[in-house]
Amino acid sequence: MNNILIISLLVLGILGGVLAVILYFVAQKFKVEENPLIDEVEAVLPGANCGGCGFAGCRALAEACVKQGAEKGNIEGLACPGTDMSKVAEILHLTATAAEPKIAVVRCNGSCANSPAKVHYEGADICAFANTLYAGEGGCSKGCLGLGDCTKKCPFDALHINKETGLPEVDEKKCVGCGACAKACPRGIIELRPRGKNDRRVYVCCSNTDKGALVIKNCNVGCIGCQKCVKTCPFEAIEMRGNLAYIDPTKCKSCRKCEEVCPRGTIHAVNFPPRKPKTEEPVNQEVTNENKANA
Amino acid sequence: MNPIKTFPKGGVHPEENKLSADKPIQNFPMPKQIIVPLGQCLGAPADPIVQKGDHVLTGQLIGTAKGFVSANVHSPATGTVTKIDVVMDHTGYYKPAVFIDVDDQEQWIEGYIDTDELLTEIKLAPNEIINKIKECGIVGMGGATFPTHVKLMIPEGKKAEYIIINAAECEPYLTCDNRLLLEKTKEFLMGVKILMTAVNAPKGIIGIECNKMSAIELLDKTINENRELYKNIEVQPLKTKYPQGGEKQIIKAITGREVPSGKLPIETGCVVVNVASTFAIYEAVQKNKPLIERIVTVTGKSVKNPGNYRVRFGTPANLLIEAVGGLPENITNVINGGPMMGKAVSVTDFPCIKGTSGILLMTTNEAQDRHQTNCIRCGRCAIACPMGLQPFLLNKLSKLNMFDETESNHIMDCIECGSCEFTCPANIPLLDYIRYGKAKTGAIIRSRNQK
Repeated sequence: MNNILIISLLVLGILGGVLAVILYFVAQKFKVEENPLIDEVEAVLPGANCGGCGFAGCRALAEACVKQGAEKGNIEGLACPGTDMSKVAEILHLTATAAEPKIAVVRCNGSCANSPAKVHYEGADICAFANTLYAGEGGCSKGCLGLGDCTKKCPFDALHINKETGLPEVDEKKCVGCGACAKACPRGIIELRPRGKNDRRVYVCCSNTDKGALVIKNCNVGCIGCQKCVKTCPFEAIEMRGNLAYIDPTKCKSCRKCEEVCPRGTIHAVNFPPRKPKTEEPVNQEVTNENKANA
Repeated sequence: MNPIKTFPKGGVHPEENKLSADKPIQNFPMPKQIIVPLGQCLGAPADPIVQKGDHVLTGQLIGTAKGFVSANVHSPATGTVTKIDVVMDHTGYYKPAVFIDVDDQEQWIEGYIDTDELLTEIKLAPNEIINKIKECGIVGMGGATFPTHVKLMIPEGKKAEYIIINAAECEPYLTCDNRLLLEKTKEFLMGVKILMTAVNAPKGIIGIECNKMSAIELLDKTINENRELYKNIEVQPLKTKYPQGGEKQIIKAITGREVPSGKLPIETGCVVVNVASTFAIYEAVQKNKPLIERIVTVTGKSVKNPGNYRVRFGTPANLLIEAVGGLPENITNVINGGPMMGKAVSVTDFPCIKGTSGILLMTTNEAQDRHQTNCIRCGRCAIACPMGLQPFLLNKLSKLNMFDETESNHIMDCIECGSCEFTCPANIPLLDYIRYGKAKTGAIIRSRNQK
């Protein structure tokens, strides 16, 4: 019995020793020189491998940064949505070009109250599947299905379905604008928009391109394509896409005039200080407050 | 009578509930306004060729087929086109449609032969028959609505040996095909003969499930009475088992041949056509009548007066529901089609189209979503699967978005019959996930083949 124990210990021990020596020399021989900067850059990146930068993962972006930094002397065009790229530039001893930070925006306000359920859905909780089956509980064929494909795909835990409204809500602090949710949504409701100055944004909270008469049937806050906002906008920042108004974030100066005129309360302005109370138009004031609560 | 046959693998036997089996077909009165959707078949919707204000006759072409897999749409009534707009179909999505205000007097198009006599002489050549079927917009009326003329165009190098008429009607509750067989037996048999001529098939076999004995006996009797006319047509009784009426299952049951994975039924030398389509083909070829109506079964356990109705396309479904005594209490599900493959509808005023084989009303008790528990790998779904797949595995893989694995596990062979979900003791919505996985996998395969 003892013999077996000793023999096996000896054999395995010697075997391990010999293989370790071989491995050591092999590792020396085939060593791949890697730029230590890559590791440093990777450490700064969030490590969520979200793909928002357009590369396969954080490591791939780090490699690309180091490579482009060495070849061209800048890291233009490379941007991680979740990191301040100036940190990366610092490591590489370069000057950073700040990319405009973006945030996911849910362009649907068809909550349980605004678009009351007409039918009840029973089945697999996948938006992409429900989308092939029916228009939606509220009846809007372009609106949010509320089954949470976007929340499942978010690598930063920044999206959650609000139980009261049945709509996904973006956590502004956590969202880095990687766009995983926008890709996951089968109806293209989620859009990446620039965060704006002081996080102030104005956007159309609807994705329905149908005619106004059809929108009104199913939703109290859908865009009906009346074009009032288009006519009001002093900066020509609003265009019509089908029967849906779209605010071009590059042209928008956040004056909020469109929000005031929208008869359906579809245009949302978030993170603005409260308006000065206007005595002659109390209705608008109410709408604005409501919007803020929903946004 | 021939010995009873069946497909060998899997299958389930749901409660038959053929409540309206002995209710004769009634002509449903023409509504004041009909809404004819332009997309009534699998494939591309038709292009409208009428305009607002046009006066159309019954049977007049109002939409032409666009693309290879597409079918013509004809006006089901005489009247005036009020608008061409969108209408909500049974899913709740808006689809293009022609709105027609119906006149009091019906006026048919020129060329329609209005007779109840049996026209036994086939005047057209095979390719003319197929052209006629194409012109008349005939599609598979079992529910899948695949254009029939595409099915009948036999690719070069292949030969059709059998015309198989799918009269299994394995879906519970539905009785429209059964009634048609009983009431239009001779016309139907002529339809089989026309189909045999069209594809030059030496043999025609009618597959019927054994729960329709009266239809089997009547068909046998009619064929025996006139052997000369109905030469080479045979009735094959099939075991009452779901999904006996699946295209691949009925081929396997009748001929013993198996359609290879990813191939079409013509590989086995079979062309499978539905009963209602066969009758429509008789009317199109012999009487020049385009496809503008069908038999719809309106049924349900709590329905006062279930029945079979001959309905013009474009008739809103809620009128049919009113005709059987209105929506009973406690109805939670209105299903377009049968309970196994039909889909619950979002709105009840959707227009009936070529694929609307039945409207089924289910109460809360029958249709409630039962409590879902975990999969314990009991393997019942794998036993029930008529295609020999492993639904529990496909369900899991689809859930995890592992679409390369779903492909190698042959998810594309799934016929979406729902036997797995029916038999699952854990009440897992297996078919939902499999359908999702199948759609995704199919998209991946298509984009790969395009490259």
